[in-house]
Amino acid sequence: MCPKLNLSCQTSALSELRSFLQQNLACYTLSDVERHQVTLAVEEVCANLIIHSHACNPKEEIQLEIKDSCEKVIFEITDEGIAFNLLEYEVPQIKKVVEEKRKGGLGILLVRKIMDEIEFESKNGKNICRLIKNFPA
Amino acid sequence: MLQIEKIKEETYDTLRLLGEVDASNSVLLDQAMQEVLQQGTRFLLIDGHELSYISSAGLGVFMSYLDDFSEQGIRFAIFGLNEQVAEVFHILGLDQLIQIVPDKSTAIALPHVS
Repeated sequence: MCPKLNLSCQTSALSELRSFLQQNLACYTLSDVERHQVTLAVEEVCANLIIHSHACNPKEEIQLEIKDSCEKVIFEITDEGIAFNLLEYEVPQIKKVVEEKRKGGLGILLVRKIMDEIEFESKNGKNICRLIKNFPA
Repeated sequence: MLQIEKIKEETYDTLRLLGEVDASNSVLLDQAMQEVLQQGTRFLLIDGHELSYISSAGLGVFMSYLDDFSEQGIRFAIFGLNEQVAEVFHILGLDQLIQIVPDKSTAIALPHVS
C-alpha cells in the first residue's frame, strides 16, 4: 500500500503535510538534507495548488501519494483545480525577484533544483503532477 | 508554528525566529520586518538557531526587503541557521545576496557594505 494523504486546500494544512512526509520518508536512504529538501519541494507544489488553483478553499482537496521503486521515490499530486503546469512555468531570475520586490516565484525554482524529474498531465479535469527523486547511487 | 521574538540592542535589532516559516505564517515575518524597519533600524539581524524550516514564502519575505536595505544603507544578516535550512538558501543562491554567517558575534563584526 502506498501512503496517501488527502489535504484540505488551506495553508494551515501544510504542517500536516510535513509531518506526513517526515513519517513516510524515514524509510528511504536519503540524507537529512535530502529529506528536508524533498519535503520542501512537495510542500511548494502543494502550497502553489492550494493558493493559486484552489484559492484556499478548505472544502476542496488535493491528494498526495508516495510511490517508490528500488531507485527512486515518486510523489504523485492529484487535484481538480485550474491546471498548473510546472514544466511550462517560466521561473524568475533571482535578480528580478529582488528588483521587483516580489514575494513569489521562488518555490517553483526550488522544486526544479531539488527534484530529478517532473512530470505533468491533465485530462478530464484531473491534474497529476509527479515529482521524482532518485536515490543516491 | 512560528514565534518571533524582537530584541532591541543599542546598535542593532534582532528577530529571533522559532519554529517553521511557511505560506500560512510568512505574513508574521513580513509584519515583524516591517515594524523593525519603521522603527528606524540601521542593522537588522535574524537569529535562525531555532528555525527548523523555511519555505519559499519565507525566503520571499527576506528577498522583498533587500532592495530597501541597500537603498537605505541598512545592514542585514542572518546567523545560526542549521545545515538543512542553510542549504535551502544555498540552492537558490541567496547566500550570494544575503550575509549568512554562523553566529551572532560574526554577524555583528561584519564590515559595513553598501
